[in-house]
Amino acid sequence: MILEKTKSGLLKMFPEPEPVETAVEETSEEDEKKNASKEPRKNGVVERDYSVHGYHLDAQVSPEQLLEAVAILDDLEFFIESITGVDWIKEDQLEVVYDFSRYDFDTCRVVIRTRINRAAPVVPTITGLYAGANWHERETHEFFGIKFEGHPHLIPLLLPEDADFHPLLKDFKA
Amino acid sequence: MSLTLLNVIVAVVIAIAFAAANAAYLVWAERRGAARIQRRPGPNINGPFGLLQPPLDGIKLMAKQLLIPGGADKVLFIAAPVLAMFPAIMSFVTIPFSDSIVAKNMNVGILMIFAFASMGGMSLLFAGWSSRNKYAMMSSVRAVSQAVAYEIPMLITTITVVMIAGSMDLMEIVHQQSASILHWNIFPLLGNSHNILMPFSFLIFFTCTLAETNRAPFDLGEAESELVAGFHTEYGSMGFGLFFMGEYANIVIGSCMTVILFLGGWSCPFGLFPGVWWFLLKLYLLIATFIWIRWTFPRTTIYGLLNLSWKILIPLSLFNLLFTAGLIKVF
Amino acid sequence: MSSPIQLQPDETFILNVGPQHPATHGVLRVKMEMNGEYIVDAETVIGYIHRMHEKMGEVKTYPQYLMNLSRMDYLGAMGYSHGHVLVVEKAAGIEVPERAEYIRAIMVELNRVASHLFWFGAFVMDLGGFSPLMYALQDREYILDMMEAVTGSRLTYCYFRFGGLYNDIDDDFISAARRFIPRMRKSLKKYHKLVTGNIIFHKRLEGIAPLTKEMCRKYGASSAVARGSGINFDVRKNEPYSVYPEFDFDVPVYHECDSLARYNVRMEEMEQSLRIIEQGLDKLPDGPIMPKKKPKLIKPPAGDYYQAVETARGSFGIRLVSDGTKTPYRLKLRSPTYSNMHLFDEACRGMMIMDALAFMGSLDLVIPEIDR
Repeated sequence: MILEKTKSGLLKMFPEPEPVETAVEETSEEDEKKNASKEPRKNGVVERDYSVHGYHLDAQVSPEQLLEAVAILDDLEFFIESITGVDWIKEDQLEVVYDFSRYDFDTCRVVIRTRINRAAPVVPTITGLYAGANWHERETHEFFGIKFEGHPHLIPLLLPEDADFHPLLKDFKA
Repeated sequence: MSLTLLNVIVAVVIAIAFAAANAAYLVWAERRGAARIQRRPGPNINGPFGLLQPPLDGIKLMAKQLLIPGGADKVLFIAAPVLAMFPAIMSFVTIPFSDSIVAKNMNVGILMIFAFASMGGMSLLFAGWSSRNKYAMMSSVRAVSQAVAYEIPMLITTITVVMIAGSMDLMEIVHQQSASILHWNIFPLLGNSHNILMPFSFLIFFTCTLAETNRAPFDLGEAESELVAGFHTEYGSMGFGLFFMGEYANIVIGSCMTVILFLGGWSCPFGLFPGVWWFLLKLYLLIATFIWIRWTFPRTTIYGLLNLSWKILIPLSLFNLLFTAGLIKVF
Repeated sequence: MSSPIQLQPDETFILNVGPQHPATHGVLRVKMEMNGEYIVDAETVIGYIHRMHEKMGEVKTYPQYLMNLSRMDYLGAMGYSHGHVLVVEKAAGIEVPERAEYIRAIMVELNRVASHLFWFGAFVMDLGGFSPLMYALQDREYILDMMEAVTGSRLTYCYFRFGGLYNDIDDDFISAARRFIPRMRKSLKKYHKLVTGNIIFHKRLEGIAPLTKEMCRKYGASSAVARGSGINFDVRKNEPYSVYPEFDFDVPVYHECDSLARYNVRMEEMEQSLRIIEQGLDKLPDGPIMPKKKPKLIKPPAGDYYQAVETARGSFGIRLVSDGTKTPYRLKLRSPTYSNMHLFDEACRGMMIMDALAFMGSLDLVIPEIDR
C-alpha cells in the first residue's frame, strides 16, 4: 500500500526515537487541544482520518527538510494538487501547505506543511521538482509575502504587477 | 473611339453597381443562410425578410470615422481597401453573362481576369503591412503565401480548359459548351476532347476559388480565433466595408469563372432557352455552396493549406494538364 | 511539432494574445515570443479578473459565503458549490438526507453536461466552425431552463445549503429531465456526425500538443487533460463522495495524449453524465431535503479539512482551516483550470500559433475560475 510506503519514507526523515505518531482518534483530539493551547505543533508525520479531514497523511517538516520530503513524494509519483499558506498570527508563524495526491486508485492524499517565522518568511522552492509549483508559489508569495528561495520568476501573479501588499495576512488592512 | 470610351464608362458603372449590389445582398444572403443553418432567424427586423439590413449597415459604416492607427503607413492604409474592391469590379467588365450582356468582350478575357485577381493578394499585403499591427502582419504574410500557392493550380487548371477550347475568349469557351450538359467542360463527353479527368479539374478549380477568395475553410488570412480579424484588424468604417464587399465581389468573380469555364455559362443543361437566367442560376447555386461550406467546416491550418496546394493540387493539376495535352495530341 | 527553423535571438517578436482576444474566451493574456508563426516561448499572464474569493471566505460567515462559489465558474457552478457544502458538512458534522444528495448529484451532472456543451461549441468555434456552437447552445438552453425552474437562477446558482437544498425538485423537473436524456443522446450523435467525423477537424487536432503523463503529474492536471493522456483519474471514482458510489458509470480514458483525445474524453463524459442523471432519477428516494437537526450557527470544530470534487473542469479542491468560530480561518480554493492552464506555457513551445490556440481551447478554460 502506498500509504505505508509514503509514511515510512517520510518517517525516515525524522531520525529521533519518538516522532509524533499516535493513533488516529487521539491525534485529532490532541490536535484540537493543541490548537486550544496555541502551541505550535512539532514536526513529524501524522496519519489522519480520511473521512474527517479528507486526507491521509499530514507531515510537518522544517523548511530545510522540505525538498527532501517533496522528493520522496515525487519518487512515489504523487501529483501536486496545490500550495497555499496559512497565517498563524497568534503564534507569529506562517505555514506553507503543500497538497499532493495520486492519479491511481491507491488513494492517498498527503499534506506537507512547513512553518516559518513571520519576520523572515523564506522557504526553498520546489519548482525544480514540480514545474507546476511555479504558479502556486507565486500566488502564495503575493498573498502571504512568503519568499520562495530559488524561484525563477517570483512576481505577482493574480495581483497587479506593482502590488506590495499581502492580502491574506491576518494583519492586512485594506 | 468616343463611342468605345462611352461604352467602357457605362460598362464600368454597371459593373460597379452589379458588384456593389451583389456584395451587399450576398452579405444578407450569407447571414440569412447562416441563420438557417444554425436554426435561428437571422436579420429579419429591417424591411421584409430583413432586406433593408445591407443598406442600413452601409449607412452605419459610412457614418463612422475612419481611424488610422498611429504609425501606420497612411497611403497604403487607405489604398489597400480600394485595391481590394477595384480589381473585382474591373473583372466584371469582361465577364459575359449571356450572348449579348457583356461589357467588353476580349479575346484574352481569361488573362485579364487573372491579372486583376492577382492584385487582390497585393491589397491584403498592403493592409497587413501598413496597419502596424502584428496580427495584421502575420495575416498578410499568410494571405500572400496562400495567394501564391493557390494561383498556380488555378492557372494550370485554367490552361487545361483553354487548351480544350483553343481560345482565351470567354464567349468562345461558352459557345463551345452550349449544346447540352454533356458538352460542358465539367463532363466533356461530347465536347472537343473526351477528357475523363475534367470533373477533377473542376474540383481543383473550385477549391482554389475558395482559397483565393479567402473563404472558409481556407480563411487563414482573417482567422478570427487566431489573428483577431487578420489583415483588417485595424480597419473600421468604410475601410472595413470595402474589404467586406471586395470579398463578396471576389466570390462572385470566382463563381462566374467557374460557371463559364466548367458549367457552360448561360447555356441551358438541355439546350432550351439559353440566357442570362441560367447563368445567374448557376452562379447563385455556386455561391450558396460557398456559404454552405463556410458554415459547416472548421478552418484548416496554414501548413495544411499550403501542403494541400503544393503537394496535392499542383501535382494533380500538372498531371491533368499533361494528360489533356496528350489527349489533344492523340485525337 | 518543433520549429524546423534555426532561431536567431533577434529574429523573434513578442505577440500579446489577449487580454482581449477571441480565442481566450475571457480576459487571459499570453505573452508569446514568436518566430514567424512558431511560438518560441510563452508566458501566461492571469489575474485580470481576480476577485480574491479566498479573502472573502475569511471575512464572511459560512452561509454568507455560499453564493461566492458559484461565481467562480459561471459555466459549471454547481460542482463548486458542491465541494463547498461537502467540506463544511464534513467539518461541522452535518448529516445530509439521501434525497438531497441524489438531487445534488443530478444537478451537478446536468450542469456538467451544460458546461461541456458550451465548451464543445466554443472549441469548435476556436477551430473556425461556428455552427456547432448554436446547436450546442440550444441543448444547453434546455438544461438552463430546467435548472432555473428549480434553483431560481440560470448560471450562478445558490442552490445547495449546508445539510441539503434550497428547493425540492418537482414532477415538472423530473419529466423535463427524462425528456432531456433521449434528446441529448440524439444531439450527441448529431454532433459526432457533424464535427467528430470531419476530416479538417481531425487533421487539426490529431497529434497536436501531446501531453505526457509525467507532465500532467508535475503540473497537477486533471479532468480531460489528464484523462486524454491516459491517466484514469476522476475524483468521483478515485475518492468517491456524495452518492457517486451508487451510480454505474465509466470514466473515459484515451491514450493518444493529443487534443483530439481531450475532445473525445469530454464528448464521452457527457454520455456518462446522462447515464448518471438517468440512474439518479430512477433511484431518487422520497424524504426531506433538509436535515431535521441542524445547528443554527455553523461553527466547525478547529481543524484542517480538505474536500476534492470532480467539477466539469477537473479536480476542484477546497481546504478549510477552521478555528472554531463562525467564519473560516482560511479557505483555499484549488481550481482545476489553474493547473491545467499552467501546462500551456511549457506545452505550447515550438507549436504554431493556430495549433497552440486549438490546444488552449482543448483545455476548457473558464477565466474567472483561474483567477478566482
